[in-house]
This record gives sequence, structure tokens and C-alpha cells, in this order.
Amino acid sequence: MIHARFNLAYPGFALQTDIQVPSRGITALFGPSGSGKTALLRCIAGLERTQDGLLRVHGEVWQEGAIFLPVHRRRVGYVFQEASLFPHLSVRRNLEYGLQRIPQTERKVRLEQVKEWLGLEKLMDRSDPAGLSGGERQRVAVGRALLTSPRLLLMDEPLTALDSAGKQEILPYLERLHRELEIPVLYVSHALDEVVRLADHLVMLEQGRVIASGTLNETLSRLDLPTAHQDDSGTVIEAKVAEHDVIYHLTRLDFSGGTLWVSKLERATGEIVRARVLARDVSIATDSPLGTSISNILAARITDIREQEPGRVNLRLAIGNEHVLLSRITRRSCDQLGLAVGMDVFAQVKSVALTA
Amino acid sequence: MDISFSEADLSAIWLTVKLATVVTLVLLLIGTPIAWWLARTRSWWKGPVGAVVALPIVLPPTVIGFYLLMAMGPDGPLGWITQSLGLGLLSFTFAGLVVASVFYSLPFVVQPLQNAFENIPERMLETAATLRASALDSFFSVVLPLSKPGLLTATVLGFAHTVGEFGVVLMIGGNIPDRTRVVSVQIYDHVEAMEYAHAHWLSAAMVLFAFVVLLVLYTFNPTGKRK
Repeated sequence: MIHARFNLAYPGFALQTDIQVPSRGITALFGPSGSGKTALLRCIAGLERTQDGLLRVHGEVWQEGAIFLPVHRRRVGYVFQEASLFPHLSVRRNLEYGLQRIPQTERKVRLEQVKEWLGLEKLMDRSDPAGLSGGERQRVAVGRALLTSPRLLLMDEPLTALDSAGKQEILPYLERLHRELEIPVLYVSHALDEVVRLADHLVMLEQGRVIASGTLNETLSRLDLPTAHQDDSGTVIEAKVAEHDVIYHLTRLDFSGGTLWVSKLERATGEIVRARVLARDVSIATDSPLGTSISNILAARITDIREQEPGRVNLRLAIGNEHVLLSRITRRSCDQLGLAVGMDVFAQVKSVALTA
Repeated sequence: MDISFSEADLSAIWLTVKLATVVTLVLLLIGTPIAWWLARTRSWWKGPVGAVVALPIVLPPTVIGFYLLMAMGPDGPLGWITQSLGLGLLSFTFAGLVVASVFYSLPFVVQPLQNAFENIPERMLETAATLRASALDSFFSVVLPLSKPGLLTATVLGFAHTVGEFGVVLMIGGNIPDRTRVVSVQIYDHVEAMEYAHAHWLSAAMVLFAFVVLLVLYTFNPTGKRK
């Protein structure tokens, strides 16, 4: 468990946060620019010094009162927005820079592992970090940070400086890390699609304050938060690949609230994937629909209704006991169907995006 | 012309090389921290300190030599310190020349270094710190390697500028063979004695030296090469 509480004031900006981050998984710090995500991350790394701050990482005090561990004594890995590779060192020497500076006994992450996780084998002998592509540089930077065997990995919008090809190239590697790593990761982002692919927990920031924190779906499905009203708002369902239908080119995903049919996936049965369902792709029927082209229909119960903008409402739907969907419909449909909190309905899912 | 350099000339050349070498080493040792401080500080003192370092660029060497001579003399602060340390007086000694030359050539070492240091993004240092490098460690493993061109310029300019000084040497060192008579003073002597052939040889050697030094600097260190 990581406990971080910081008060930081600049002219025109104040950070006031008190968060607890679980010891495993990726926690996204999410919010618009200027919300204090990066400032919070820098406080945790010790790059920013606050008078009033408290930071405990797995029981170790890094900052409290007069105690302030300098950056180079904190066991954090930090990945900046730009890869910031040392231009005078080869890829290999960049990777080894941090590794060489920690005692043998603290070395838990091996070079071989990192090379495999991040696909760095072919880059090892490159002597010109500046000649790598943006995605390659960022992979090296992530590897370099991991090789210090950090107790906490901090990533500050690592994809923002990349073009969309670079993003697509690096995301699968980050998803791999998500499965392999046993250390907590704090991931700063303002892009909901990245958060949805990678995060397990979500801390939402606005103007230097935490406005919500919790598991990914808990937070994403809260209709009182700004994320529920974004055009690409939605939730995530983790489901198991159950069956491939070769004739119709479809794959069946099972989860505790039902099943979803999606376009055929190149994934082995039994694998867990993340399906993202956007609010705008979910419509509501009060009776089990007949004669519809929509193949994914899930039994649901309405747990919240909020008007998003004049004429449009957002619904939160419980699917089984564990899962949740959002649905965005018109005010008129809502009134005509007589929808109310507690009603059992059918959620028709028009499309599902597979993220991992 | 049967002889090129007289024994006195060779002695002056050797003394000059020795002086410039010692001065350059001392300058790199004290100029580097000063340049680093000037490059990174946000202190109010940055302006005054920078101005003092740059003084020798604008002041006539005789002015610097005069004040240093006063300072090193029996009643000056430097003289008082060297005397109480049992070192005697620095004026008219090789050590005195070194001290004076260090002050005189300081801006030529500090300014290229300061430029080089200012060009290193803060992010590089932050990255090194998150990779467990202490400030000193990252200075040697990141800052210095990235400042190579600036270091080369500083070394060459510091050395060359010391070789080329005249006024300060004359004020502080006088003209003592084997101790303070460097090439520039020796040339002056030759001219005073109407030994123009000797003056030619030494002067030509100086021109050649200056040309080669600058050639090396501009060939291996083109400005704007680094991104």
C-alpha cells in the first residue's frame, strides 16, 4: 500500500491530494491538463519538494515532516513523457545505467526479462539512441526504469509524445508488463482509451484535487463524475475467451453477467481479455427483444439515471453481480419506456471494442 | 641564419608551456564548479559573480596585473596569507604567475563551460536521479560527457590565452630568466635589444601555434553540431 498526501502551492495552482494506492496493478492518475497529475507524480518521485507532505511506500517512510529522502535514494522507476535517453550512451549502456547503481541484493529484475518483455533484443547494440523511433526510445526508457528494480513505477504520460503508430506499437508491451509486473504502477494520462486498456484503479484529479478514486469500473460508472459524460465514456468487462465460431467468424466471451459475441479474436480460449463497451453503443429494451440484428443482449438492472445534457440521459446498469455498463439514451426514450432506478431491463450492446 | 632558437628562447618556451599547462589544469578544477554554479543557480549573486569572472575580458592586463601585484605584496591580503603560511611572497615567482594567469584566463574557461552546462536539459539530471545517481555521480556520468565540446573549447582557450598573455606577466613576474620570462616577454626583450631575427623566430612560432590551436578547435568542434 502506498499512502501519498501532498499540499503544494504555486501561483495559480494548488495541489491538495491524499491518496492510497494498492500494492499491485496499474493505478491511473487521470484528469485534464493542469489538474495536477504530473505534479503529484513528481512529488512522489521527490523531484518536487513540498513543505507539507507524507509519503509511505510499503511501510517505508519516504517523506514525513523533516524526513525527505532524496530522489536518488528512492526506489522508484520514472518514465517521462519524452524518453529522455542519455544521448552519449548506447542502448545497452542506457539500460544498464540504473542497474549498475543498485546493490546486487536489490536486483530483482534481470536484463534478460526486460529485453523479452519489451522486445529490446534487436535494439541492444544500437549506439545512437537518437536514431530510434519514438516507440523504441520509450520502450528502452521503460526498460531502463524497470532495471532499477523499483518498488513503484511512475509513468508520466509515456504515450503522449508518440504518434498513433508509436502508441499502437508500444501498448501491447505495456499490457504485457501489466500482466508480468508485481509492483504497483502509477500511470498518468489524460486519454481515456489508454486508461481503459491498462488501468485497474483510477484516481481522478481536477484542479489539484482528487475528485474520485476506486477500481476502474467503479469510477468509470459513476454518473456524478465528468468521465461519464464524455463522448467516449463507457466501462470495461473482463471476460474469458470461450469459443471461436469459424463459420461466422465470431468469438464468444464469457463473464459472470452473461456472454458477448465479438468479431473473431486471435486469442486462445481461456485467455482473459478486456472488452470496452461505450455508453453510446448500449440501448435499452424493457422486454427481451425479438427480431433484432443485435446479437449481444444482456439482462440488466438500472442502478442510476442522470441527465447529461438537455434531452440526453445516462444510465448505469448492473450486469450480474460484478459488472456494470453505461447506456446513453434520449430523455424521450427514457420517459416513454418509463425507466426508473431498480427496473430490470435488457441492454442491447451494438458494439464492443477489444482492448487487450 | 644559423641558429633558430637561443638557449634563452628555449627556456622561455619551456616556461611558457609549463605555465600554460599548470594554469589550464587549475582553471579546469576551479572553473568547472564556478561554471556549474553560474549555469544552474537562480541566486541573486549570479550577476555579480558572472561580472567579476568576465572582468579580465574588458580590463587592460596592466590594471589586473597592478592590483594583483598589490594584493600579493607584503601589505596585500594575498601576501598576508602566503606569508602567514610561511610561503613568502608570490610576486616575481612562478607561483605568482600561475595565480595571476588563472585570474586573467578565468572567463575563457568559465564561459564555454557555462554555455555547455546551460545546454544540458534539467530533464537529463532528473532522469539520472531517478536512476539512482547522486548529484556528483550524474555530474561525472552525464554532465561532463555531454559537455565534451565545451570542455575542449575551455581547455584550448584557457591554454592559448595563457600562452598569449603579456601585460599581467610583466607586472607580476617581471622578467626573470627561467622563472618568469615567458615567450611574450622574451620577444619584447629581443625587440628592445634590436635582435629582430630572434624576435621573428619566436613571433612566427607564436603565430603558428595560435593558428594550429584555432584550427583544431574549429575542425573538431564545429559549433551547432550538437542538437
